[in-house]
Amino acid sequence: MSELHPPPRLLLRGITKQYPGTLANDRVSLTIRAGEIHALLGENGAGKSTLMKIIYGVTQPDAGEIIWEGQPVTMRDPAQARERGIGMVFQHFSLFETLSVAENIALALGVAAGTPRQLEQKIREVSQHYGMPLEPQRLVHSLSIGERQRVEIVRCLMQDIKLLILDEPTSVLTPQEANDLFTVLRRLAVEGCSILFISHKLNEVRALCEQATVLRGGRVSGDCVPAECSDLDLARLMVGATDGLGAQYPKAAGQHPFLQIRGLSWHNTDPFGVSLEEIALDVRAGEIVGIAGVAGNGQDELLALLSGEQRLARDQAERIRFLDQAVGGLRPDARRRQGMAFIPAERLGHGAVPDMSLADNGLLTGFQQDGLVRGGLIRHGRVEAFARRIIERFAVKTPGTHANARSLSGGNLQKFILGREILQQPKLLIAAHPTWGVDVGAAAAIHRALIELRDAGAAILVISEDLEELFQISDRIAALSHGRLSPLRATAETTATDVGRWMAGQFDLPTHSAA
Amino acid sequence: MLLSLEPRGYESRPMLWFSPLLAALLTLASGALLFAVLGHPPLQTLRVLLIDPLSDLYGLSELLVKALPILLCALGLAVVYNARIWNIGAEGQLLMGALVGSAVAVNIIDWESRWALVLTLAVGTLGGAAWAGLCAWLKTAFNANEILTSIMLNYIALNLLLFAVHGPLKDPDGFNFPESAMFGDATRLPELIDGLRVHGGFYFALLALVIVWVLLQRSFLGFQIKVLGLDRKAAGFVGFRDKKLVWIALLISGGLAGLAGIAEVTGPIGQLVPQVSPGYGYAAITVAFLGRLHPVGILFASLLMALLYLGGENAQMAANLPQSITLLFQGMVLFFLLACDVLILYRPRLKGWRRKPRAVSTQQEPTA
Amino acid sequence: MDMDLISNILYAMIRTGTPLLLVALGELVCEKSGVLNLGQEGMMLFGAVIGFIAAFSTGNLWLGVFMACAAGVLLSLLFAFVALGLSANQVATGLALTIFGVGLSSFVGASWVGNPLAGFEPIAIPLLSEIPLIGRMLFAQDLLVYLSFGLFALVAWVLLKSRIGLIIQAVGENPNAASAMGLPVLRVRTLAVMFGGAMAGLAGGYLSLAYTPMWADNMTAGRGWIALALVVFASWRVGRVLLGAYLFGLASIVHLVAQGLGLAIPGNLLAMLPYVATILVLVLLSRDAIRTRLYAPVSLGQPWKAGH
Repeated sequence: MSELHPPPRLLLRGITKQYPGTLANDRVSLTIRAGEIHALLGENGAGKSTLMKIIYGVTQPDAGEIIWEGQPVTMRDPAQARERGIGMVFQHFSLFETLSVAENIALALGVAAGTPRQLEQKIREVSQHYGMPLEPQRLVHSLSIGERQRVEIVRCLMQDIKLLILDEPTSVLTPQEANDLFTVLRRLAVEGCSILFISHKLNEVRALCEQATVLRGGRVSGDCVPAECSDLDLARLMVGATDGLGAQYPKAAGQHPFLQIRGLSWHNTDPFGVSLEEIALDVRAGEIVGIAGVAGNGQDELLALLSGEQRLARDQAERIRFLDQAVGGLRPDARRRQGMAFIPAERLGHGAVPDMSLADNGLLTGFQQDGLVRGGLIRHGRVEAFARRIIERFAVKTPGTHANARSLSGGNLQKFILGREILQQPKLLIAAHPTWGVDVGAAAAIHRALIELRDAGAAILVISEDLEELFQISDRIAALSHGRLSPLRATAETTATDVGRWMAGQFDLPTHSAA
Repeated sequence: MLLSLEPRGYESRPMLWFSPLLAALLTLASGALLFAVLGHPPLQTLRVLLIDPLSDLYGLSELLVKALPILLCALGLAVVYNARIWNIGAEGQLLMGALVGSAVAVNIIDWESRWALVLTLAVGTLGGAAWAGLCAWLKTAFNANEILTSIMLNYIALNLLLFAVHGPLKDPDGFNFPESAMFGDATRLPELIDGLRVHGGFYFALLALVIVWVLLQRSFLGFQIKVLGLDRKAAGFVGFRDKKLVWIALLISGGLAGLAGIAEVTGPIGQLVPQVSPGYGYAAITVAFLGRLHPVGILFASLLMALLYLGGENAQMAANLPQSITLLFQGMVLFFLLACDVLILYRPRLKGWRRKPRAVSTQQEPTA
Repeated sequence: MDMDLISNILYAMIRTGTPLLLVALGELVCEKSGVLNLGQEGMMLFGAVIGFIAAFSTGNLWLGVFMACAAGVLLSLLFAFVALGLSANQVATGLALTIFGVGLSSFVGASWVGNPLAGFEPIAIPLLSEIPLIGRMLFAQDLLVYLSFGLFALVAWVLLKSRIGLIIQAVGENPNAASAMGLPVLRVRTLAVMFGGAMAGLAGGYLSLAYTPMWADNMTAGRGWIALALVVFASWRVGRVLLGAYLFGLASIVHLVAQGLGLAIPGNLLAMLPYVATILVLVLLSRDAIRTRLYAPVSLGQPWKAGH
């Protein structure tokens, strides 16, 4: 192999970035060659987003160099990065829903867009070339998530692209859509475009990437060739210790059904929402049921109907039964009184009030318990005690009960919210995305707590996008697709491919026995 | 800009209470500057504005008289603003309270029992509450924005008042002036001290202060109101009935404003006139913010605002300045407060002055 | 009712609707970029008083118009500094602007109350102004009204057809995405706020220089608030703003209609009509929460900081 080869497309040396309270990037170095598919691995909070923002010019490093095609440069802003040929596909899409595909792309291209007719032509050409056809006049809000990602990618491809950065692109895709994406990326790489693939999903990284850099706590903990590293090696680089990782929890079989949903259909009047169709579901005491599916398939709607934020009409209330009572028409506080508990998807600004103290947030769902409120007046002593109990039992790292919910890290806040519900001894717990954006240690603690609650006899329903998580903790599993729910199957007898098919709407499976 | 702002990452508690003080001081400083520019001696004019009105017992009594309606309105606003219900209609609710109460009062001029006063006050309070209730209804039933509806209702209330004093409620023996007949003695709020205008309404203010404090700081209802204001989604998530809370908050707010209105006409004024309120309902908005939506803060802020009113009248007589100086100061105070509040979440840093790299804090510019 | 009366009513409708149209156009652009500026009354009044003083002192009406716009822009910059630069709560800042603007204009104009001014006179375009019914209303107005027609066309074109309009809409819908794409969110918003200020100032100038050439405290009588309601009524669509402005104008001159019909209703009750109409309109349009969600700029009223 020749010693002389062209300079790497992108070389980062000693990149450092400090935010109030955290050192997001600590002397990070990274090398990407032309046509290389390079993974940036790391858990939530490891510093991947910050590094990516620095490369794309959204923010400036405090120290270190960026060397682009052999020349030291500064990335002042995204426009400059784009001029150099760097394109970025964001995790939470940066698209404008009320504008059309063409208008979105025109905004990004600026003057280079040309006339509307030229632009339309070019969009059709480029999108066809890469096998991701797009209709330029369609309004973005009418596109599916997968199609929206296509717009983001095509938007990048319309400029002479030399480095494409993708931030957790498969978090919103079904397994099949992910494979389609990989085909496109491989084609791009062959054509000479470098790809920086940011992810925390090891199997995908191994399937797609030639090189990987692992970040942990803001530092580079290692570089490797994914094909030559085991899952355990990679995981160790990502989190340090491997305890709790891939922990195997014994599966349980439930007893008496606590939650019964029969023929639940609900029409969504919101033009941006999803309607539910004939949902049928049982959650039994002593089991965890998992529902898989990418966002936008009815999860929010189902959760709202279960928590009581959206109530059913009187003649429909029967569709949701808890302990043989029709609860579909009850308000959230009435459902809580019956013994149901809920953990919503968003912890800040839904599950907890960001600017209120932990004590107040404990009161938020606990006000029907323990005499926290008497005669309309709050008994602050008891409220404090309740919050303190949660903090101690669930190892929530915080200065005290007076701290704002906002000041906690994602994992700690999630532990608090979970603890708050568990301490109220619910018979049924419904949790949405319980470990989303949570560090590995806290995620493991949360899983353990859920298993413990299950073993104590509660019925638990978990809705999550994380298939690994669902396979780890749920006893039975199903998937939501376009507002319909697949039949439940025992997790032990199901594979990820099966679930992938359900997520795409193909419910009829020939093979496995009914749960 | 030479100054840049760096996020603290938390709310600075001392700044929370220092900011209104800073805002008040900055306003005074700007005022002094304004006076100087206009050719008035700054310190002297400030004295005319702020010190002279308080120089005797009569002045102090006038301070309380003026502070009373502002305090009552602002306490009501504290309740709604905590729920992020932007009721701008305190002025109209005050006027309606005065109007409706007066409609009763002029028909019972001959009553001799003290129940006349009680009845009038009750009707006035209910009138203000009902007027705010209109906003609540429009908001809960039709999703109509309360800022706009409450302001429209202000104008409607004013016109109803004018219609009433020029028509149905005009004093037949009043030489055709647009005012109602004087209320009977039994319908008047008694003066607390002979010769001074401070009146029984003072006790209502104290009572309202205590009730609102308990409501907001200790009661579960107050907690629900605060959650509704801070995080609507969370309120819905735990089953707080948002429509009921909107109604309750607005009714309380309107009731207090209505009480303020009827207290003015049964107290110092003694009859219904077009000039029942020199903008008390609007001043209360500034007072509510200045007092951090907290009853104790509001108490102090209303005294300050009342002082500005007295000062304005004084300045008109003594220093030949237009009375709108009061309104001007009000606006300035609110602006400065909003600007100073930035310091609660951000620390100011002189640009170009970086500390040592070890504990380096990044300059984050507020503008792109 | 005879033709002359109808022609007069239509003519008056345009005149009364013009200040509403101007303010609403300005606030529309502002809100489309995501900023809610409740300070319209304050900016209008300040524009009215400064415009009046300038015109009265120099005898130059157009200088008055220019100064009125400048006055509006000045106050709007104050708003931009606090609400955009310091990310303060936009509702509170707008209220502060109203209170401050009302007080400031009253203060500054104190010694100018009651002074007479020869304001803008209607200029009839020959031939066109003689078309029955609509001739007078469209072609026999003063120069500022003609200017308002032009401004409407300009704003409509910019919002619907130009790249600037696309950028404004993007910034209003998703400032984070816009910023990530390199669009200067705060600069766009500040310029939108300044445009709103200029329009509000111009509307105020129209009141004190053309509609009723004089200065009086609070002469806007709530028009700034009505214009805010108008933007909601128009579902943030520029064509409807025009329609709404004139409809509200009509509501304000209903005493003319009453006259024509021979009804005698007390002045104060008639004066309530525009405000009652505003409430009715808000009720009718807001109840469809879904539609509001479809049309209202998504980030309206929410503070935003760069470097998110």
